[in-house]
Amino acid sequence: MHGITKRFPGVLANDRVDFEAATGEVHALLGENGAGKSTLSNILTGLYRPDEGSISLYGEPTRFDSPSDAIDAGIGMVHQHFRLVPPFTVSENIILGEHRPEARSFVVNPRRIERDVAGLGERYGIAVDPRARVWQLSVGEQQRVEILKALYREARILILDEPTAVLTPQEAESLFVTLRRMADEGRTVIFISHKLHEVKAVADRVTVLRGGRAVATVEAAGATSRELAALMVGREVELARRVERAAPHGDEAALDVDGVSVRGDRGEDAVRDVSFTVRAGEILGVAGVAGNGQRELAEAITGMRPATGSVCVHGRRLRTGDPRIAISAGIAHVPEDRLGTGVAPGLSIAENSVLKSYRGISFGPLLNWSMIREVARDLIRRFDVATPGPQLRARDLSGGNLQKLVLGREFSSAPKVLIAASPTRGLDVGAIESVHAYLREAAGEGVAVLLISEDLDEILALADRVVVVYEGRLTGEFDPTKATIEEIGLAMAGGERP
Amino acid sequence: MIAVERRLNQSRWLTYAVPFVSVAVAFGVMAVVLVATGHDPGHTYRRLFDAAFIGSAAWTDTVTLATPLLFTGLAAAVAFRMQLFNIGAEGQLYIGAITAAGAAIWLGPHHGLWMTIVAMCACGAAGAALWALIAGVLKAFARTNEIITTLMLNYVAGLLLTYMIFDSASPWRDLSTIQTRSFPQSVALKPSQFWPTVTVFGVSVSFGFLLALGVAITLYVLFRVTRFGFEMNVLGDSQRAARYAGMRTRRKILAVMAISGAIAGLGGASQIGDFTHVLDASPQGLQGANYGYTGIVVAALGRYNPFAVFLVGVLLGGLQNAGLFLQGADFPFGLVGVMQGIILFCALGGEILVRYRIRIGRRAPAPAEVAAEAP
Repeated sequence: MHGITKRFPGVLANDRVDFEAATGEVHALLGENGAGKSTLSNILTGLYRPDEGSISLYGEPTRFDSPSDAIDAGIGMVHQHFRLVPPFTVSENIILGEHRPEARSFVVNPRRIERDVAGLGERYGIAVDPRARVWQLSVGEQQRVEILKALYREARILILDEPTAVLTPQEAESLFVTLRRMADEGRTVIFISHKLHEVKAVADRVTVLRGGRAVATVEAAGATSRELAALMVGREVELARRVERAAPHGDEAALDVDGVSVRGDRGEDAVRDVSFTVRAGEILGVAGVAGNGQRELAEAITGMRPATGSVCVHGRRLRTGDPRIAISAGIAHVPEDRLGTGVAPGLSIAENSVLKSYRGISFGPLLNWSMIREVARDLIRRFDVATPGPQLRARDLSGGNLQKLVLGREFSSAPKVLIAASPTRGLDVGAIESVHAYLREAAGEGVAVLLISEDLDEILALADRVVVVYEGRLTGEFDPTKATIEEIGLAMAGGERP
Repeated sequence: MIAVERRLNQSRWLTYAVPFVSVAVAFGVMAVVLVATGHDPGHTYRRLFDAAFIGSAAWTDTVTLATPLLFTGLAAAVAFRMQLFNIGAEGQLYIGAITAAGAAIWLGPHHGLWMTIVAMCACGAAGAALWALIAGVLKAFARTNEIITTLMLNYVAGLLLTYMIFDSASPWRDLSTIQTRSFPQSVALKPSQFWPTVTVFGVSVSFGFLLALGVAITLYVLFRVTRFGFEMNVLGDSQRAARYAGMRTRRKILAVMAISGAIAGLGGASQIGDFTHVLDASPQGLQGANYGYTGIVVAALGRYNPFAVFLVGVLLGGLQNAGLFLQGADFPFGLVGVMQGIILFCALGGEILVRYRIRIGRRAPAPAEVAAEAP
């Protein structure tokens, strides 16, 4: 791939990326979320067309107009979220969409397909019963089906998007053996990951993407985890942006999280035995690559998700799994998903500005509309929300103004603890500045702030202390004025502790 | 490339204009059918309007036919508004009719009319609310799909109704004469128990119609000015936001199912008290009318807004009335069905155009682009 550029409205997802993978190698694509890994692989599989640049396969310039062109050219992809039909058997899933005549004929010969699938499975050490129905299989086995599907289609180039995200360490080990064997046979394996130890374990070469650009391609064997982390996280910290604030008040913990474990949507252990405290007036930064349990942790503290362990606010233990208890204990929450969770998008700004406080300003069972409008106008003025008026639907606000509305509402509840999850994601520079100013202001007023963010710059600029979360565990605590970005980056990628 | 995509910004004027355009399109399409079958569209339409909406006799019939649709439409609207897809108004109406008729039969003719009406309404609403709560409890505590449970319960309710009149000696069944013993029917209400009508400009308006109007107004007030309504609006817009705000979603599911069922049950009570005065379990009776299912269409066309639902219900009642009037030797019943079908089809199609747009040629823009265009 040469000079690949892909623009999305407002985002340059790939910026003149050169990428080259040789026959018979495992080539890792390493990068943070949003670095452009997925866009690049979607271009390679024909899902997107690049705005600029060219693709050559085995020296031949190629052009994919659709995913089926890429499949015909021998490119297979194992997506992070499987593309399988649960009620179908393994072999039925494998021949779905298959182009070759024996699978396309009106009457399929199930015996022959089952035999082929079983043979492939044995050869690569990924045997799965071809007659089993997919819903009966574990996640690891389903992934094997995806790989078998690509092999059955005679893929010469196999792309795996974060394949280990759903696997146990043992399953991951055996996957690596399979990938190695495929490479040794002369196939090309492209392995997308943000986990350093995996990349080092399986890849021959590594291309690091950052901010849509390919910053380096190195031999995996010759690079240390530390170097890779530095390449991946990259930028110098802009220390100038760090604004000194008064030291946190007192030593008492405003928020005390002790031994909290949370299950994720798929029943996996998303957060495992996490403990930390945040003092009044302190900003604790939680750094980590997305999907390592941050969302579940925030939801556990704010009562939106049941959890084990204890959450205390100023020493008073809260019952978990009940948002109303968390709200009345003074926990404010700026959720990651601000449009679907932080506001009801189809309702007006006025209604959304009293989303939590409407109970307090009602006349018994009746709403106090004049008060609601008053609250909304006050929020719009104080937090500088650009809108024609409080009757506008929340969905029609821009991202930055929406976030100001959510932040304003949460600050106005005079909270003791503020949980802010990715508060500046997707915002423009100006909006980011004002969100940061509000967070500092909240801490200045004695609120304990838990700032969960994937943006390390943001955490380093704001936090008094930083903890790093990796696979649901806290893997390190740092002083942002002393720690280097490499150290934190290493902890974020699960590398060995320095 | 033709693609259908969700409209990110539904404009207001479109919401109001589309229903009218849809009806106009429907009449246009129907004109073609009429010409093809040898009828004069202009003449037919004039007869249609005359039959449904011109003159007090026409309005009396329209109001009568619309009344049950108003109840089932409002019942569906309340639930659908909260993303709770109660399609069980059909069965809830049967249960309401059973319990309301039971109340009237048990009370007998020697109590005042108003007491009879109150008892019938209370029992009809309560019985149907409890029936709806079966699905509500399953939804709230076991996360079953309410579409399936309410639908299945419709059949259960229908069979229960049939059993009570045809297959058992229940108190509802009239066993007083030889005739009713061989041709089963229910105990009829005494004339002193018939619900009153009000005559407005020569149009005789049933009590049930006024009751439905009262329900619509109550619902409007509920949604607009109460905390409960506010919570329902949030819940209907985003379940996650409601949970985030600490609202008790489970209780709301139960409450809304009960309210929805109660409204449908009032419809059943009104059928007994206003119109049929017997519990008609025959295939041509309650179970043949499909009030509950038509109510879903009414609710969808009214965009779940109580007043709009009310208007649509009256319109549909008029259409049914006109259908009854039009059919005859030169105008087969099938053609009436075709006409009603075309109008409903166009109205639903128009509804989809309000929510989605059809894009031809250009690639769909990513959400970010649209968001950037918004103010």
